[in-house]
Amino acid sequence: MTTDASATPAAAAAATSAPLLETPLHDLHVDLGAKMVDFTGWHMPLHYGSIVDEHHQIRQRGGFFDVSHMGRFEFSGRDAARFLERVCTRAIHDMQPGQARYSLVCNEQGGCRDDVLVYRIAEAEFLMVCNAANRAKLIEHFAAVREGMVFRFEDITMRTAMVAVQGPQVMDLIRRHSTEIPSLKRYRFCRKNLLGLEMTISRTGYTGEDGVEIIFPTGNAIARTVLRRGMSELAQLGEAMKPAGLGARDSLRLEASMALYGHEITEDIDPLSACLDFAVTLTKGDGDGAPVRFIGQDALERIRRDGLRRRLVGLELDGRRAARQGMAIIRPGGNDHAGIITSGCLSPTLDRSIAMGFIDVALSEPGTPVSIDLGRRQESARVVTMPFYRAGARA
Amino acid sequence: MSTPSDCRFTESHEWVRTDGDIVTLGITRFAADELTDVTYVELRPAGTTVGAGDPIGEVESVKTTSDVYAPVSGTVVEINDAVVRDPSLVNSDPYGAGWLVRLRTGSTAPLEGLMDRSAYDARYGGS
Repeated sequence: MTTDASATPAAAAAATSAPLLETPLHDLHVDLGAKMVDFTGWHMPLHYGSIVDEHHQIRQRGGFFDVSHMGRFEFSGRDAARFLERVCTRAIHDMQPGQARYSLVCNEQGGCRDDVLVYRIAEAEFLMVCNAANRAKLIEHFAAVREGMVFRFEDITMRTAMVAVQGPQVMDLIRRHSTEIPSLKRYRFCRKNLLGLEMTISRTGYTGEDGVEIIFPTGNAIARTVLRRGMSELAQLGEAMKPAGLGARDSLRLEASMALYGHEITEDIDPLSACLDFAVTLTKGDGDGAPVRFIGQDALERIRRDGLRRRLVGLELDGRRAARQGMAIIRPGGNDHAGIITSGCLSPTLDRSIAMGFIDVALSEPGTPVSIDLGRRQESARVVTMPFYRAGARA
Repeated sequence: MSTPSDCRFTESHEWVRTDGDIVTLGITRFAADELTDVTYVELRPAGTTVGAGDPIGEVESVKTTSDVYAPVSGTVVEINDAVVRDPSLVNSDPYGAGWLVRLRTGSTAPLEGLMDRSAYDARYGGS
């Protein structure tokens, strides 16, 4: 038996001898029997027994993920907003304190350096969450394009932890302890002081379910003890709340049609082609009437003017075989290459083979029949609207 | 579940059990655990002739797709329809109900060179 490359998400990282980074919850994962893997240099839980069980647990009840490997940066000071306006594709100046926003950070060609969540804590104080794989790259980028702007930048990844608690029953569980958190709107957050530890709690997530993401300080032993105790208690809630690993995180986000860096977005893929228009503001101001242009804006304006050549679509395959990243999408009735798969799996919730991929715009209308080259044979498929799954509207 | 003593094991994580000229083949517990939940099994149909080292089927999980290889030449005489209908049998009972195919082979001699249980467990942890 041999597996394809996608079996080891960080095969390249594993080839180096650098010791793997561990999150503050590492020992808890091991105690819970997790299958640990190298994920972009971090020793992370892939699953605690079954990816499919964890997937259903989060769709039906609730579960929690350790996402402490994701990068977390603080920006504060006079030019913090102006700087973020410059590096992010989405408007920042009109965010209110307590609001979080999804954005891309682009390169000059309009490709995606990363996708990030920006939190506005105060007028001149922001938090950014980025992908683990892109943390070092973004730090370098931000230093290179700072151009004398006055603000304090700090990478707080290693002195904080982050946990995503997701599922339809999560808010009911939280309501027993807090009235404020369940009253938060989507993409809003609050800060809570627990035993002197300031936690940031946002109504956000990456699963398509309701829930929260919580950032904890872990800078001292007391903080780490409180965090581990809290997570151990979560793990002992039984049927209502179970730990889930990166495997389920991937299948959940795919059903919800959320982009994953390295798949739907890369340095060579622009956000307009990836259907992330909502996160691109081509008419930015700084709030004082002065126009602000972001890095990559020239390229994105050109792409918009010239029209897209290809775009991201959802696909459903006949049969139960999964389409995998890199497989060719074939034009109907021919052998012409019409696109490429970026992600795919047998959807645990829908029990159908679903995929995302880039396809010639002429074939991007829902209902268009295509074929997927699975290697030894082709499978028929059709373009479908995304998301595949929407909470509360189960197919 | 322990690794069975009546099987031989390949470097690519297939197990084989020999009964006369009939060779039953599946994937090991280690392989099933590495794959995670198996969602799809496709096997060469009965009557297919394969050479040693040829792919005899594919096993898919949520995460990945894997080829399964025949360690000896032969003809497929039976495939496990139950595992095609319910691929999770590969995870729940890899050495029993999760078997994949039966081959009739001209010579079982090449199987003598495969790992026995203690060699396989020494290499891949056992359980």
